[in-house]
Amino acid sequence: MDFNDTPAEAAFRAEAQIWLAAHAPAHELPVGIKLADTDEAERGRAWMRELYNGGWSGLTFPKALGGRGLSGIEAVIFAEEEGKYHLPKGPFTSIGTGMALPVIAKHGTDEQRTRFIEPTLKGDLTWCQLFSEPAAGSDLAALRTKAVHAEDGSGDWIVNGQKVWSSWAHLTDWGILVVRTDPTVPKHKGLTFFVVDMKTPGIETRPIRQISGMKEFNETFLTDVRIPDANRIGEVGEGWACCMTVLMGERLGSGAHRSGVEPLLELAAQTPSGDGATVLDDRAVRQSLAEALAEEQGERFFQARLRTMVSKGENPGALAGMIKLAYAARQQRVLGIGMELRGLDAIAADPSDSLTPDLQYDYIYSTVMRIAGGADEVLRNQIAERVLGMPGEVRMDKDVPFDQLK
Amino acid sequence: MDFDLSDEQKMLAEQARGLLAERTPYDHLRRLIDGNAEFDDALWRELGEMGFLGANIPEEYGGLGLSELDLGVISQELGRANAAVPFFSSIALAADAIMLAGSPEQKAKFLPKLASGELIGCFASCEGPGPVIGRNVDVSGDVITGSKFPVADAGIASIAVVQCGKSLAIADLSQVTVKRTKLDSFDQLRPHYRLDFDWSEAEVLPGQDYIPALLDRAAVQAAFEAVGGAEACLQMGRDYVMERQMFGRPLASYQAIKHKLADIAVAIELAKSNAYFAGWAAHSSPAELPAAAAAARLTAIKAFELAARENLQVHGGIGYTFEANCHFYYRRERMLSVIVGNRGYWADRLLNAQPGAQGKAA
Repeated sequence: MDFNDTPAEAAFRAEAQIWLAAHAPAHELPVGIKLADTDEAERGRAWMRELYNGGWSGLTFPKALGGRGLSGIEAVIFAEEEGKYHLPKGPFTSIGTGMALPVIAKHGTDEQRTRFIEPTLKGDLTWCQLFSEPAAGSDLAALRTKAVHAEDGSGDWIVNGQKVWSSWAHLTDWGILVVRTDPTVPKHKGLTFFVVDMKTPGIETRPIRQISGMKEFNETFLTDVRIPDANRIGEVGEGWACCMTVLMGERLGSGAHRSGVEPLLELAAQTPSGDGATVLDDRAVRQSLAEALAEEQGERFFQARLRTMVSKGENPGALAGMIKLAYAARQQRVLGIGMELRGLDAIAADPSDSLTPDLQYDYIYSTVMRIAGGADEVLRNQIAERVLGMPGEVRMDKDVPFDQLK
Repeated sequence: MDFDLSDEQKMLAEQARGLLAERTPYDHLRRLIDGNAEFDDALWRELGEMGFLGANIPEEYGGLGLSELDLGVISQELGRANAAVPFFSSIALAADAIMLAGSPEQKAKFLPKLASGELIGCFASCEGPGPVIGRNVDVSGDVITGSKFPVADAGIASIAVVQCGKSLAIADLSQVTVKRTKLDSFDQLRPHYRLDFDWSEAEVLPGQDYIPALLDRAAVQAAFEAVGGAEACLQMGRDYVMERQMFGRPLASYQAIKHKLADIAVAIELAKSNAYFAGWAAHSSPAELPAAAAAARLTAIKAFELAARENLQVHGGIGYTFEANCHFYYRRERMLSVIVGNRGYWADRLLNAQPGAQGKAA
């Protein structure tokens, strides 16, 4: 065991630091100013282009596909260094690199890899995810959006249905889409995976008004959307395997976000307790923040263990869900503590207080982390079944053709 | 970065686990309790013969010269087995204190015998209810007067490392001026004593101000021991619910049970990850040790607490019987939660290591 960089890793880190110092500052987002979403997405593309031109995009993708063919550890090192800057990164870039590209690389044809991977790494293509539906969330395979062959014999597919929670669908170029192509077989077996140009006629995105006040998620309606068969990823009926590849990327990517506890220590140190001290001197506050910080450290080192597994060619499987489960719960809990330690000011702060609005937003947003990318309850089932070997859930829909389900 | 145990460490763990599984089954622990045993004498000798006790003691002093992470791997297995041995007292505390603060002569005199298990040491620090570091007992002119209690394993120990203010001193417990009184121990497999020193002779360890470091290093071992205990509880609970039928199906098929055990599994992995890092830092990055040890300790207490309680819970009524095996861990968990400082101590230790987060008391 060695937590330090190997000489090769240290050299790579130094190389990354030098490049970032020269190129990242110009792309940093202004602090404390909320950008329009179009502006944010454009800045995201510009940063992707910069990364690509500098040879830092798609580090783990094979060189032949426009990447750099490096290991997961090097990608982690770069992410650590990149994370030191306040850069325009978000779903508008990460859905492409973290979800669309892995599935295209694994299940796509050579032609599809050439067509999509390099343009995405360059920032020319951005992506959204068209998976969940109003009646298919944790039970994703219950989705109803359907695709049938066009009657003109062209081999094209005609898609009808509704997707939901599609982040940034209103501003991205392409979507990854899973639909039902055969309702006469059990639900997991009748799905097929596509990529779709979001400018295709019949696609309408409507922003969802969220509890945060933001509108980054959408409902996406698909009405007689025509998709060429060349945009099908994998075989007809193999959509579920493609979804699993995407979701694996989502789990491993989670938990790598900015620290939740450190800013709260600062916040506590800046909050007077009334007797000349700060709330950080309070026994109960110290205890709860320390426990949360200890858990956060545990998540970080657990992530390091999983990445070591990946670098040795082992598959962490459901272990990856453990980090997301721990992270999401801890984040909500500790942000709630953060609000409490501010007192009533947490509810309505003076406009001069720049700390409280972020805290309020983060607390609201912490609910998303517990639901998106595998809800807490789904993850607990997976851990119990796949890590501890406990029995699976009773499934009423098992082996029943989808069109015969109630 | 390579954040995994080495093949040698995995082998060491397997060896220790194999030996302990064979030598100390739960029925054996019940016999030790019924026989009012001070410890598992035979197992202790065997651990010494196999070199486990001297894992991180330098070779020149009769140890294997391995790292704190290797010692941690052994602590984890002892925790898993709930072994009735004074490993924590004699190795993680007494021997470590001598390694940190002892003179070359003291090291040569005590460490080889501690490494072989021939000599057992204990660590006398508490003075009744309250913090782990007692305030009153003092050493002056190589003489100690005052009382330390509770002290684990003092009945079988030949020497005690006694905390006196910021100093540490070694006292021979066979002196007539030392009175040992056995206390009722909540952990039935780890006896505790009261030690009364009345002008007792002691030799001071020359190193000063090593107590926080000693506690940090011991906390890493306590964290590993707790992780091992928690893993044993999870395994036991899981095996029981897989077997137990209720309303026509295994108890393990209910989400209420699955989710409970999944939460324990997560708590254990976080604690184990922290313990690995702290074990590594103890040897390779001492500046990071205070925060790392504190984080390991806090998450290990949490994981073992959850595992010990919920293991008994999923057993239902049978878990409340002496014949079931939940109680060994249910008791040990509380002991480990307060050994070398409680949660409050470690919460402060962790925050005090963060820039700008020192408390007023720090």
